[in-house]
Amino acid sequence: MPGKLKAKIVAGRHLPVMDRASDLTDAFVEVKFGNTTFKTDVYPKSLNPQWNSEWFKFEVDDEDLQDEPLQITVLDHDTYSANDAIGKVYIDIDPLLCSEAATVISGWLPIYDTIHGIRGEINVLVKVDLFNDLNRFRQSSCGVKFFCTTSIPRCYRAIMVHGFVEELVVNEDPEYQWIDRIRTPRASNEARQRLIFLMSGELQRKIGLKVLEMGGNAVVGYLQCFDLEGESGLVVRAIGTACTLEKISTFPATATHPSNSSPSKDMKDSPQAAPSTLGCRSTHSSPVHSASSRLSQGFSVSVPTLLFAGMGSGGSAGKDAGPLKALLKQQTQSALEQREYPFFTLTVFPPGFLLHVGGVVSARSVKLLDRIHNPDEPETRDAWWEEIRQEIKSHAKSLGCHAVVGYSESTSICEEVCILSASGTAAILSSRFMQDGPLDTELRFEEVVSPGCGFCHIPYDELNIPFPAQLTYCYCCRRYKVPDVLFTTIDLPTEASVTGKGCLIQARLCRTKKKAQGEVNATAISNLLPFLEYELHTQLMNKLKLRGMNALFGLRIQISVGETMLLGLASATGVYLTALPSPGGIQIVGKTPSDITYEQHISNMQKKINDTITKNKELYEINPPEVVEEIIGSPIPEPRQRSRLFRSHSESSDDVSEIDLSHGKKDAFVLEIDDTDAVEDIHALLTDSPTPAGFYSCNTEIMPGIQNWTSAIQMFTSVRVFRLNANLTNQGLNKIFSDLCENLLKSLYFKLRSMVPCCLCHLNFTVAIPEDELIQVAVTAVALSFDKEQTLENGKQSGEKTPIKAITENDEQLQFNLELNAETSSSSISPKGLSEVGSHPSARAPSVDYSSFADRCSSWIEQLKLKAHTIRRGSVKTTSSMEKASPLPEGRSRSLRSNRSYSGSSVAVVKMTPLSFIPGAKIIKYLGIINMFFIRETSSLREEGGVSGFLHTFIAEVFAMVRAHVAALGGNAVVSYSMKECVFMENPNKNQAQCLINVSGDAVIFVRESELELTSVQPQSATTQTSNGGEGT
Amino acid sequence: MSVELDVFVGNTTIMDKEVYQLWLNGYTVNDAVKVRIEGGVMEECEASAEVLLSDTMDQYRTFQMCERLLHHPAKLANQLLFQIPPDRQAMLIERYYAFDDSFVREVLGKKLSKGTKKDLDDVSIKTGIMLKSCRRQFDNFKRVFKVVEELKGPLVENIRQHFLLPDPLARDYAAIVFFANNRFETGKKKLQYLTFQDFAFCAGQLINNWTVGAVDNMMEDMDVDLDKEFLQDLKDLKILITDKDLLDQHKSLVCTALRGKTNVFNEMEANFKNLSRGLVNIAAKLINAKDVRDFFIDLVEKFIEPCRSDKLTSIDVNLYLTHYTNSAHILDTFKHHTVWTRYMGVIKSCILRMYHD
Repeated sequence: MPGKLKAKIVAGRHLPVMDRASDLTDAFVEVKFGNTTFKTDVYPKSLNPQWNSEWFKFEVDDEDLQDEPLQITVLDHDTYSANDAIGKVYIDIDPLLCSEAATVISGWLPIYDTIHGIRGEINVLVKVDLFNDLNRFRQSSCGVKFFCTTSIPRCYRAIMVHGFVEELVVNEDPEYQWIDRIRTPRASNEARQRLIFLMSGELQRKIGLKVLEMGGNAVVGYLQCFDLEGESGLVVRAIGTACTLEKISTFPATATHPSNSSPSKDMKDSPQAAPSTLGCRSTHSSPVHSASSRLSQGFSVSVPTLLFAGMGSGGSAGKDAGPLKALLKQQTQSALEQREYPFFTLTVFPPGFLLHVGGVVSARSVKLLDRIHNPDEPETRDAWWEEIRQEIKSHAKSLGCHAVVGYSESTSICEEVCILSASGTAAILSSRFMQDGPLDTELRFEEVVSPGCGFCHIPYDELNIPFPAQLTYCYCCRRYKVPDVLFTTIDLPTEASVTGKGCLIQARLCRTKKKAQGEVNATAISNLLPFLEYELHTQLMNKLKLRGMNALFGLRIQISVGETMLLGLASATGVYLTALPSPGGIQIVGKTPSDITYEQHISNMQKKINDTITKNKELYEINPPEVVEEIIGSPIPEPRQRSRLFRSHSESSDDVSEIDLSHGKKDAFVLEIDDTDAVEDIHALLTDSPTPAGFYSCNTEIMPGIQNWTSAIQMFTSVRVFRLNANLTNQGLNKIFSDLCENLLKSLYFKLRSMVPCCLCHLNFTVAIPEDELIQVAVTAVALSFDKEQTLENGKQSGEKTPIKAITENDEQLQFNLELNAETSSSSISPKGLSEVGSHPSARAPSVDYSSFADRCSSWIEQLKLKAHTIRRGSVKTTSSMEKASPLPEGRSRSLRSNRSYSGSSVAVVKMTPLSFIPGAKIIKYLGIINMFFIRETSSLREEGGVSGFLHTFIAEVFAMVRAHVAALGGNAVVSYSMKECVFMENPNKNQAQCLINVSGDAVIFVRESELELTSVQPQSATTQTSNGGEGT
Repeated sequence: MSVELDVFVGNTTIMDKEVYQLWLNGYTVNDAVKVRIEGGVMEECEASAEVLLSDTMDQYRTFQMCERLLHHPAKLANQLLFQIPPDRQAMLIERYYAFDDSFVREVLGKKLSKGTKKDLDDVSIKTGIMLKSCRRQFDNFKRVFKVVEELKGPLVENIRQHFLLPDPLARDYAAIVFFANNRFETGKKKLQYLTFQDFAFCAGQLINNWTVGAVDNMMEDMDVDLDKEFLQDLKDLKILITDKDLLDQHKSLVCTALRGKTNVFNEMEANFKNLSRGLVNIAAKLINAKDVRDFFIDLVEKFIEPCRSDKLTSIDVNLYLTHYTNSAHILDTFKHHTVWTRYMGVIKSCILRMYHD
């Protein structure tokens, strides 16, 4: 009996009228966990019932605690007929299972119905008493922290990065069960929602187990996805990076003994004692070792940019049984070895971790879902992903890299065809975070030359490049070779030296294909894929050159499959890396030079292109220092004008080495005009309209060249669906698709014009083909305002250092004290906070920047409480009796606060952002992962304002529910927020529509830096008190 | 080829004041786009008409979704669906409840019923305000009326608290509710020269002095109805015109006081009995609900028009009314001083406010 879940139903408000006669509702609540259900009394005739129930207690295994959501159903009592359901609330109690996350869930949560949407709110209190279970064979993994953030979370430090964890669970999709024919849409939707909640819980628990097995205590960069396969099932899969994290706190002494007493600690401290861990680690770290030795041998080697592996194994489904069996056999032989992939879902790294970057590696595979032998079991899908990961691994190897960073996986499904994709960036990592000796790392760290350019230096062998590339000596250190362009899927390293600013670069492509079935279809698709990727690559390259830049970060290529077309969308952030050579221009070559008018045409176009490049260089402030060129000129033989290096994938390696030497800066990218594709390319190049004045955009976390963000942030989601005409040519389709994306961007700029000067960060586009002739584009991003005036002055110093600051040790003491101080002097701070509201620099963008007094106040209160709670937890731990002493008064005060907010002022503000940080603020606590899945359906589409009205409401509702749950956890923001799924289906003829949305993020508490400064005088006594509590365990 | 679906949802709900105003004014999406294009927002932000259309539609949808909440402004503050900064919330409410003086002039004092609502298209044509906007304004009046009707305590305060309106707007609504409740006639031709603000001023005077809430600080009753007891007492004032001696005495006192102080003394003297009869008769009749409705028309016919035909300036009127009121207190046989003060105070300020072209 390792856990006791307690829930209390306090009150409801804004309930819908369920009884037409009286215009009132007789509401009661069912609280369900697992198979146990409790009910409250009926609160008659009220739309704002006050149940104030007893504590409902569920005694359950921690395994169930992790898997099951707490399900709260609000019903209208009906004496004569069946009770009507008003709606439900699912509460993920996972955040309560980790001692460092939230301790109580309390607040107003929207009551949600899949047909009617939000129908009022309910105030609940949920707590968990967890008894520690040291059983080694347990199935639960309570205490493992999960983060969506793809970097080391801001208030933690990485002790060790263990590596890749993945898991996949399969179930029958309730929508495709026979029973669905007879049940109501509501019942079907609810079955689906519940199932996915259960599956996510299970998945997270299983991943947690793997993490514990590896000796870690957290998963960073946790990415969970759903595959709605249809008939063959519903797949929930997740990948992440297992780490051992340590909260940055008090004294270094306690730091090595994290205060949570999870078994992982023991394992970590004495790896030799636990053979299983040792085995695990050794297999893991071996590739690292071999690679690092190679590194020291002499790495001033090889090549380039991008390794594309557009791999199609279409129609292979039938033959799958063979390799599958073999794979399974292998798996059983050496399960560990097979599972080990040197993959990291991180996109931002602790300093000194990322040594060199090779280039993008990707792999795709086309599969047929109706050929899965045992659809209810995960083996087949496991084998599929296994295949792809192996491929990625080998691609990385061929780039001379031992690791893949910024790794992600995705699928696209149309009927029975499924494209599996994986991509990442081949890299060489320091062993610093992969083995125990922290002293050893100091040495290694010094080996790395100038961090500003080190990662650009090629990791591969110069003479053994699998594709053509031009190498030059690094423009920063001039000691090692660098490629001419660099494509990566990671964020721009904070230490990288960049010239000018960056910008969003997109390549968009549409290809028609014939309608087909089964293997024929799969083959057709896999034949198309390489061309698609190749063209996307070409487009990216051209657009990059046109902007005068030489590197792409955050590259994400999405390929979506429909019945009659394939869509490809590549997004990345282009920058000019100071270490890399300046890109040459784009040169257009005509096929028939004799024709005069034709020449004229070409020279016009050439002029246009040249003008655009010049303009872009100005726009993005790209003026690399000219001096560098002269110095670098000497070791390189005389530059030679090369006429054609474009599309030379097949060139032999001899050729390549020659090219390396002959490369010069003036080398231009050549476009042959006779090529219809080229015409198209040029067209696409020139139709991309520049961002309006005052706007910048990127799809990475931070924009190089901009530092002084204000506190004004605006997260948004925009969705567009476009209906195409039948019988469009490829070109026509391309144009439409490209315009669709461009117009969407333009609309965003217009919407956010009040925030200028601002930057749209983390612009994340997702494309889908929901139906034949429909294209859906969804964007989630955040707009950040910045101060233009200061950009020039202190920009570099302050901005570049802040991210690193969080990790450096000098800062720790200060940080913790500040945090504590909130507790001791909060009463005196509140009025200050209030007076500050007035003087806050909200003038710039009044529409977004606001932080009400109530909000602040409550965040302080939360902080206090959390602090108090952690102290208590720290000292009590195993004896749950003391824990029990406190919950009631606290519960009371919480609900009081909530009541106050109901009658009086406004709802607490919750910020949402896809970034891992909040500008101008410090994240002081991570409260747990938010992972929510909702279905909304309507059979009165017109009445709800058509498809747009329907989806608008739904997205707003999803936001509201995320905010409410974060607030209930005691948080005031969600970071690393993403909308991973938005599946929209409509049937206007039947006046129906359905939409599924899946969102995730990390709930956090942040404190404005300005507020932190206010509290910088702190009493020492509080510090010792807490640290004692921590050591007591 | 068409955009089938187009939505934008911000964590903080983005609302453009200009578009909000166009929406409130009843413009269709296409008309609103035209107005915006003419406003030059396109050049300013390098946008196209397409972008403008998309934005306008999106904003309109947002407003429609918010409208339900605006009907109960208190809900706007503690709803969870839209995250709207408090200052924005205040702006939304204030503008939603704002109204056109020319519109309110048309329905002031009318019963806020379905019948009146049906006639709104005529009002729309007459005032040039779009029907949609007329309907919104009318529904606002009705909603405020319904909520406040049954509440105890001061009217203005009730409105301010329930609808979170700024003070001046709350006062205007109090006037509208008060007029609707007492069904004051305001539409007659002779009253056309009066603006809504004139009436609102008068309503304020009446609310503050003639209702139960005005004298009784217990706030037990509402401000919406006139004090019945007071109306009953007003009948006693009739003695001022029925008693011949008293009337003559009053006249001589007033004339003595006025002599030499004005150019129109002769006219005043000649008209004294007439005017006095007019005012006292109004007072005496107020006990009948029907005569309450005619209060303003009576004031105009019985007092303002005669004065105007005698070319009295408002300074003259002020002078006259001051002495007229004060002299009554000196009359030895006249005993109803409190009622007289309470009555004349309001009458004087109303007449002075209404005495213009």
